[in-house]
Amino acid sequence: MAVMRYREALNQALREEMQRDDRVFLMGEDIGVFNGAFKVTAGLLEEFGEKRVRDTPISENTIVGMGVGAAMTGLRPVVELMTINFSLLAFDQIVNHMATIHYMFGGQVRVPMVVRMPQGAGHQLGPTHSHCLEALFLHVPGMLVAVPSTAADAKGLLKAAIRDDNPVVFIEHEYLYGQRGDVPDDSEDHVVDFGRAAIRREGDDVTIVGISRMALTAEKAAGILAEEHEIEAEVIDPRTLRPLDLDTILESVRKTNRCVIVEEGWPHGGVGANLAALIQEQAFDHLDAPIGRVTGADLPMPYSKPLEQIAYPHEPQIVEAVIATFRDL
Amino acid sequence: MAEVQEDTSAQPHELPSREEAREWLEAMMLIRRFEERAGEMYAKAKVGGFLHLAIGEEATIVGAVRAMRAEDYLISTYRSHGHALSRGADPNRVMAELFGREEGVSHGRGGSMHMFDLENRFMGGYGIVGGNLPIAAGMALSSDYRETEEVTVCVFGDGATNQGTFGETLNLAALWRLPVVFMVTNNQFGMGTSLERHSAVTDLHHRGEGFGVPGLQCDGMDVLDTQAVICKALKHAREERRPILVEAITYRFRGHSMADPEEYRTKEQVAEWRKKDPIEVFARRLEDEGILEQGEAETLDKAVISRVDEAVAFADKAAFPPPESLYDDIYVLGDQVGGGWYSVDERSAGVHRGEHEREIAEAERGPEDEYKKAVEAASREDVGVEKPADEAQAEDDDAEEAEE
Repeated sequence: MAVMRYREALNQALREEMQRDDRVFLMGEDIGVFNGAFKVTAGLLEEFGEKRVRDTPISENTIVGMGVGAAMTGLRPVVELMTINFSLLAFDQIVNHMATIHYMFGGQVRVPMVVRMPQGAGHQLGPTHSHCLEALFLHVPGMLVAVPSTAADAKGLLKAAIRDDNPVVFIEHEYLYGQRGDVPDDSEDHVVDFGRAAIRREGDDVTIVGISRMALTAEKAAGILAEEHEIEAEVIDPRTLRPLDLDTILESVRKTNRCVIVEEGWPHGGVGANLAALIQEQAFDHLDAPIGRVTGADLPMPYSKPLEQIAYPHEPQIVEAVIATFRDL
Repeated sequence: MAEVQEDTSAQPHELPSREEAREWLEAMMLIRRFEERAGEMYAKAKVGGFLHLAIGEEATIVGAVRAMRAEDYLISTYRSHGHALSRGADPNRVMAELFGREEGVSHGRGGSMHMFDLENRFMGGYGIVGGNLPIAAGMALSSDYRETEEVTVCVFGDGATNQGTFGETLNLAALWRLPVVFMVTNNQFGMGTSLERHSAVTDLHHRGEGFGVPGLQCDGMDVLDTQAVICKALKHAREERRPILVEAITYRFRGHSMADPEEYRTKEQVAEWRKKDPIEVFARRLEDEGILEQGEAETLDKAVISRVDEAVAFADKAAFPPPESLYDDIYVLGDQVGGGWYSVDERSAGVHRGEHEREIAEAERGPEDEYKKAVEAASREDVGVEKPADEAQAEDDDAEEAEE
């Protein structure tokens, strides 16, 4: 084990996969000479050269589309988009092409590529740089969606994503880039399978599902619940939204009979809305209370610090939502 | 800017070998007859969705494809039956795709707008205007990365030059010196909006210059000129490692799709362009030069018609994709994807209830009702083979719904 930051873990994953497979190459805005807007690709241009670490113009739709064409013809591109908000400029290529081509052409070609991008609030970047849009990507069949919340998962899932034959939307988090965590050593070839949730904390009283950064916030809230309210929460981090490890979540809900879902994104049509529907379809008889949801506020993210802080979830809202599931109905 | 000379010579091009000349003519005839029959089958509701015919544009297709090498990639638009055929796709399987059958080139998943034939490096028809340009550049990047001599030919219409991907992709292709030939098939209209109403600069081959991409123009009604200019462009892309833009001036004799009342152009204009019919003009030249005997063109045409008849018969007999194949090829199933999750998300359209209730409902109702109804509807009528094209056209006019 080694302790490293989330961004360093991602950097290691990229480096190791590029060393392992000549077909893997990187494209993105300022990933080379500038070393990446969030320094995830630091040092890779120096090590692998301009052929494999390609600084692009600011042309999101075309960069993703070129990844699609390269993936269809034998390469394994990893495209970096500077933030998830910018991915909206590439939505045509992501949805109409990347996710669709394998099915649309009857399985004749594969599109093995990864589109990486960070999301998240907390840095006062205002309404065009702060959103959490994993629900938009979850909505689309044909691609996999990862939302790693720890350094170890960031590394292991990115290595799995690069090796997978499906297109992957890989959603990082700007707050998490600087967070440290234990990561298995290089020699272990640490790969985390898609579709396996992680149980971050065991408990019998309530299930809390936390998405992306909210897995960490949920874990902190669980500590408060245990200390101050004698409630033992089980905290689950799905790690990937497609495929989704619904079985682990259902198993937990069948044990605790209560569930709260926490996400930073918008409430309507959100990850929690979808997950709540799946849980009530599959485990209705096991629920003792309506499923609770804690989400980001239903608005474009404001700039002003106090406003921004109340526009995305923190521990107190999670504690409150959990306690609400214990009220007499 | 690279030094590419425009071909200003008014001299007619020399013919290729006798065999090649005859084959090019046959290839254009095949597209013409295939498209006519596709239109008839559309009027008979054998073909669904949208149907965009390339009648009038045959020389742009055959000219470009016959300039290419087998290892080159071709990528096209939603008007792509002809590209698939010229690249070598089996007409039976192209027609079967229109009929939505399992033996279609895209196994009935794509339809008219989404033909694909990997074996012949026809890398697809694409339904989003301008959506194929970045993908073409990516293929060219891949060819370059793998240190091959492959070139990608990317076909799109005049309307696509107004998409953001046009500027983005031309810039990147020039910047990274990618071996790609951008071929704009200027048929004078972006759907129903004429060139001078949608583009401030109407000499489209000049529109790449600001991005560092030189341009050439060819007569898209002349298979010889198109082939010669695309050859020159391919050489430029292959040897100079630089992209190039070719504008083929052409005209579609039919509407944008079958759902087009053609209120944006006059019958006189259509008639004027029909005088330049690429097949008639080329056949006459071959007759004049003694490559075809008098009346031999008709013999060739009859052979092509029976080939298309065979394709229609094949398509009509071919099976629809089975209902249990609905979810095939959404994902490449491997270690990562599979098992429990996949069955959870493998949902039918319609009511989503709990697992137990869903099983009961499906047992009562039968999950395949809608599928059976659709198969019956599509199979209810004999397709026939002798219907003249003009009669089908008359049916087309009142059969369609509005598009977009």
